[in-house]
Amino acid sequence: MNRRQWIGSAVAAGVLIAGAGAAYEFQPDSDRAILAAIGPVMLEGSLPPDAMQAFLDGFDIAVAGLTPSVQHDVEQLMTLLRLPPTRLLLAGVIKPWHLASRDEIAAFLTRWRYSGMATLRSAYDALHQLSCAAWYGNDRAWPQTGYPGPPKLR
Amino acid sequence: MTSIYDASRFESDHTFEADVAIVGTGAGGGTAAEILSQHGLRVIMLEEGPYWTAADFKMLERESYPNLYQESAARKTKDKGVNILQGRAVGGSTTVNWTSSFRTPAKTLDYWRERFGLSDYTDAALAPYFEERERRLNVARWAEPPNANNDVLQRGAAALGIPTAIVPRNVKGCWNLGYCGMGCPTNAKQSMLITTIPSALSRGATLVSRVRAERFVLDARGRVASLECLAMDGRGIHPTAHRVTVRARHFIAAAGAIGSPALLLRSALPDPHARVGKRTFLHPTVISAAVMPQTVDAFSGAPQSVYSDHFLYIAPLDGPIGFKLEVPPLHPVLTSTTITAFGLDETRAMASFRNTSAIIALLRDGFHPESEGGMVELQSDGTPLLDYPFTAYVWEGARRALDAMAKIQFAAGARTVFPLHENARPYRSLAHARAAIAAFPMEILRTRVASAHVMGGCAMGADPKRSVVDGDGRHHHVDNVSVFDGSVFPTSIGANPQLSIYGIVARNAQRLASALI
Ligand SMILES: Cc1cc2nc3c(=O)[nH]c(=O)nc-3n(C[C@H](O)[C@H](O)[C@H](O)COP(=O)(O)OP(=O)(O)OC[C@H]3O[C@@H](n4cnc5c(N)ncnc54)[C@H](O)[C@@H]3O)c2cc1C
Ligand code: SF4
Repeated sequence: MNRRQWIGSAVAAGVLIAGAGAAYEFQPDSDRAILAAIGPVMLEGSLPPDAMQAFLDGFDIAVAGLTPSVQHDVEQLMTLLRLPPTRLLLAGVIKPWHLASRDEIAAFLTRWRYSGMATLRSAYDALHQLSCAAWYGNDRAWPQTGYPGPPKLR
Repeated sequence: MTSIYDASRFESDHTFEADVAIVGTGAGGGTAAEILSQHGLRVIMLEEGPYWTAADFKMLERESYPNLYQESAARKTKDKGVNILQGRAVGGSTTVNWTSSFRTPAKTLDYWRERFGLSDYTDAALAPYFEERERRLNVARWAEPPNANNDVLQRGAAALGIPTAIVPRNVKGCWNLGYCGMGCPTNAKQSMLITTIPSALSRGATLVSRVRAERFVLDARGRVASLECLAMDGRGIHPTAHRVTVRARHFIAAAGAIGSPALLLRSALPDPHARVGKRTFLHPTVISAAVMPQTVDAFSGAPQSVYSDHFLYIAPLDGPIGFKLEVPPLHPVLTSTTITAFGLDETRAMASFRNTSAIIALLRDGFHPESEGGMVELQSDGTPLLDYPFTAYVWEGARRALDAMAKIQFAAGARTVFPLHENARPYRSLAHARAAIAAFPMEILRTRVASAHVMGGCAMGADPKRSVVDGDGRHHHVDNVSVFDGSVFPTSIGANPQLSIYGIVARNAQRLASALI
């Protein structure tokens, strides 16, 4: 099996695991731990540590605005990242998320971003889009960009 | 007597009766509602999105996207290769669109007559409808100077001898704020929300928001007897326990491209040649960002005021794919989610936000055998998904467009140019940018592709084997159903579609009214 097929079957396995149902449903707390690890790398230099709660809340709100079927896709993605075997195989992150280093997480994001598999690129894209929506919609992200916020009418 | 309902507040099932029921209140639905009620017909409008008005529009992306857009402005094609912007609100996409108002290009109409048998669709025959709608919606060439973002396109193109022109806009007393995409807070934009819909309401029409039309129910004679709808929750994500049933003489699908074909598919209306949902077009749009030496503030000022049709007409319509050049407004969420980078690279790019400008190229799909568009499918929960495969033909145009935009941006004095592709870096010279663009792997989820112009899926045409409705928007097989929105276009338009929809729906709604009264 070459590397690509190997990843492919791992994705399929993960999807099956997630699809198997009740045992692996959405787990908000551990998902927050994953996002608390990924967010500061995705938004490095922009997201200050004391804005973590706002970022996580923003992420939840962004997911809640998606259709049930896309929310389900996001839950599957979080399940793949949460379960140690798929975290290891697919994301290549060896340590549990809260212990993973910045470089390890950046390497994982980069691998998915440039992956030969469109599914992994789309998973990166989903994490990127949701993270940016969660943070750059917040007034606290704006000063660093120079965006003054909406004009005052009268 | 109140005639405006928010179905998310319904505490029981409801039934409504009318002469004509219209699903969707965007460009098509709004226009039809006004015209049919002017003819004395009792109209009911059913809209999945919320009824928000100027007072609700706070110019905040975090509020507008989840409330006023389909899927929080993150709707994707099946393989996630294209991010689709479509409105979901009373007023439909016109509540959040950028106000550019172009008539259907004559060459597009020529093609429709030749290839789709739409023999009545001549420039001359449609001109009166466009003129009338332009007056109704106050369409005029933008008279203020373009903002700095549009100015980059104008100056860069001029330096290269590429002609540009000024965009006609449907605004009245515009404050030049630049927040059209979040709902116009001053009521300057002449969207359906403040023009045709209030006009229909004043003539006794009924409006129900937060209601999703599920399916048409056929009677024994093969006519639609009723429309079954679901009341939606306050967020518009989940149905509540309550149903809404609508009985009418005639039913109009105006749920937009993707939405209208999905409604027909769920209803299983006769479709002997499997045409419903086919030939859905996007004007697939690629983007080039540039950091300018001066402040641009692309979030401020009329979002689109300069365009170029140069690259649409240098080759025949069915030759290499043509594209229209325009600029997008830039706001923090839209910009950061679209940038192809993360971490420090993205933070650095966002630090230049105020100096960043962008050009977009809208590819004219649907005029070539290798550009048949996409296909709307239903998911297990009945919601639609658009499968839009890319071909080498379309990618060739995307690459050519990235190249053309980089040239224009450097000609306008850009410090760096950043084509939106995952392999791109900010380039300081045209030579570097062009070499990189020539080598980019053109694939989904590497090249950033967006669309705010979904069209087609219920194509009109003379031949029922190749189309869903006739040239008047009447369903080929079900007598009391019409489709009045952007889904009837048999190709893309090759220009921003709203005025094409206004004009063609005005024509078809008048014909329907004459038939019904
Ligand atoms: C951000 C943005 C900018 C744009 N800028 C421009 C521009 O500058 N110029 C231009 O010409 N065009 C622009 N467009 C495109 C233009 O607005 C649309 O092409 C046009 O409004 C489409 O009209 P429509 O009637 O086909 O559908 P829409 O206007 O999209 O209306 C369809 C409505 O149907 C509703 N609906 C869907 N399904 C159901 C259902 N099952 N039950 C009940 N309701 C349903 C939707 O919620 C929506 O409100 C823009 C679009 C966007 C999103
Ligand atoms: S630019 Fe004009 S039309 Fe657009 S939001 Fe501002 S005032 Fe309204």
